[in-house]
Amino acid sequence: MAKRIDVSGLTAFYGSHKAIEDISMTVEPGSVTAFIGPSGCGKSTFLRTLNRMHEVTPGGRVEGKVLLDDEDLYGTGVDPVSVRREVGMVFQRPNPFPTMSIFDNVAAGLRLNGNYKKSELNDIVEKSLKGANLWNEVKDRLNKPGSGLSGGQQQRLCIARAIAVEPKVLLMDEPCSALDPISTLAIEDLIGELKERFTIVIVTHNMQQAARVSDRTAFFNLAAVGQPGRLIEIDDTERIFSNPSVQATEDYISGRFG
Amino acid sequence: MSTAAVTDKRPSTLRAASLPRWTPWAIAAGSLVLGIGISMGAGLDSQIQWGLIAAVLFVLGTFGIAARVEGRRQAKDRVATSLVWVAFLLAVVPLVSLIWVTAVRGVKVLDLYFLTHSMGVVADTEPGGGIYHAIIGSLEQVGLATLIGAPIGVLTAIYLVEYGRGRLAKAVTFFVDVMTGIPSIVAGLFILSLMLIFKMQPFGFAGSLALTILMMPVVVRSTEEMLKLVPNELREASLALGVPKWRTILKVVLPTSIGGITTGVMLAVARIAGETAPVLLLVFGNPFINNNPFEGAQASLPLYIYQQFANSAGSGAAFDRAWAASLTLIAFVMILNLVARGIARWKAPKTGR
Ligand SMILES: Nc1ncnc2c1ncn2[C@@H]1O[C@H](COP(=O)(O)OP(=O)(O)OP(=O)(O)O)[C@@H](O)[C@H]1O
Ligand SMILES: [Mg+2]
Repeated sequence: MAKRIDVSGLTAFYGSHKAIEDISMTVEPGSVTAFIGPSGCGKSTFLRTLNRMHEVTPGGRVEGKVLLDDEDLYGTGVDPVSVRREVGMVFQRPNPFPTMSIFDNVAAGLRLNGNYKKSELNDIVEKSLKGANLWNEVKDRLNKPGSGLSGGQQQRLCIARAIAVEPKVLLMDEPCSALDPISTLAIEDLIGELKERFTIVIVTHNMQQAARVSDRTAFFNLAAVGQPGRLIEIDDTERIFSNPSVQATEDYISGRFG
Repeated sequence: MSTAAVTDKRPSTLRAASLPRWTPWAIAAGSLVLGIGISMGAGLDSQIQWGLIAAVLFVLGTFGIAARVEGRRQAKDRVATSLVWVAFLLAVVPLVSLIWVTAVRGVKVLDLYFLTHSMGVVADTEPGGGIYHAIIGSLEQVGLATLIGAPIGVLTAIYLVEYGRGRLAKAVTFFVDVMTGIPSIVAGLFILSLMLIFKMQPFGFAGSLALTILMMPVVVRSTEEMLKLVPNELREASLALGVPKWRTILKVVLPTSIGGITTGVMLAVARIAGETAPVLLLVFGNPFINNNPFEGAQASLPLYIYQQFANSAGSGAAFDRAWAASLTLIAFVMILNLVARGIARWKAPKTGR
């Protein structure tokens, strides 16, 4: 089910500005990989190149290869829409569709993509909401607008929406940065459960979170302001947090940065 | 040191003298009385002059009294507030009086008979007749114009906001801007020149085409603004679910902004519903009922109003009919506005549990 991601020599631009340069890494199927690094070093940019969302930004351009199990996402003839069905995404700020009910929000990806029977949708919506640990809180008000939920609930709704289309990979860009510790914990637990079914990549500014949820951690940095961001190292989370091989990583993790 | 200098300039207490809440009303009443007094004394008999003098007195009085009691900062604040109020009244008074005058003069002959009969053979100087033919003409011409103009306008705006990049988008934006400034008579002349080339007689649809030209840029502009208000995050959320762009626009972007778009279209309709010049040129006017907008001259409400005024020749009957038709037109536009608001509220993104 889950798929491997294999990135080689990836460089991304915003117009003429080179945001990240020459990034190569492998993400094993069914693992959780955390991206850490200072603000502006290109974590979000890199994450968005993994499901071809980068090119949605005006001027966004990518060079290099991203292999999803052996298929190059940037190969000729690859449809970005099918890529995004395989590689789902959860954003930093919860963004449920304001015109849709909770049910419709979760069903949105399916409804907008094909024909499903009402009973099929019911099943999938229930399964996804349960998968996102939200079912008990919303099962009595599935027809109420999604924007009436709390921030943490909205974020879990967005996760339910993303997993409802059954992607192979789930990308999360700082999914807990707007949430309280309890919602954060709920989402971290969720990540632990979801990794059996999906390959998960998560961007976070929270070192403890990276240490708690991830199997592997990648540290990004940029040489100077205006320079493109680079991958400094990627290793098992335990090693990164105990004994990283690069000095800059250790400085960053222990807070001796800059 | 510097902190000491700053605190020295502050009053030692947080309390400050303040005027009671009814002060603005008292000042307003006072300046109104004073304004009328001054005007009568000076022998001014225009009520507009009275009002303006009172307004100036109100602003000055507010400043003077507040500055004395509360201090300069509060006085400035109060002057700004009172200026806003004066500006509001200056805008509202003519509007209300316009509606009032139209309503008072319009109800004289406005009845069911008036709404359901045409002028037919009733001479302009005689009483009787109605505006049924004009209502039909207006509805058909404006309806056809909307049917053509609104979809084109909305689609153009979608192109500009969602797809438009580079030269073509710039060119389209430029032409929309130019079209916004086209005087209605010029749009009429443009269609007229085409009619002359094809040797056609006046007919309703020709008017619709001119109205379409006038309507489209308004629709494009307002729809553009509404689409820009839709947060990019929603588009990205939908795209990231693997929804194609066109479905994202159809199912996420448009539903989120449909309320505002409808309001914009309705306002554009209201605008063209009052156009006289192109209708005069292209539809010509017709005292008889003509249900077919594609053949033969038609009437329309604004045109009817104009012709009744122009041909009244001092007769009271035509005058009354013109006012009654004006009232009908205003009512039509108001109903459109209400409908637009209703739709906007109904379709607005839902909040709450
Ligand atoms: N839409 C955009 N247009 C132009 N440049 C952009 C855009 N988004 C990001 N950038 C630039 O790309 C670089 C990387 O930004 P990115 O958002 O990927 O950083 P980040 O590591 O996610 O930072 P943060 O931790 O603050 O989220 C920055 O220099 C930023 O200025
Ligand atoms: Mg980021």
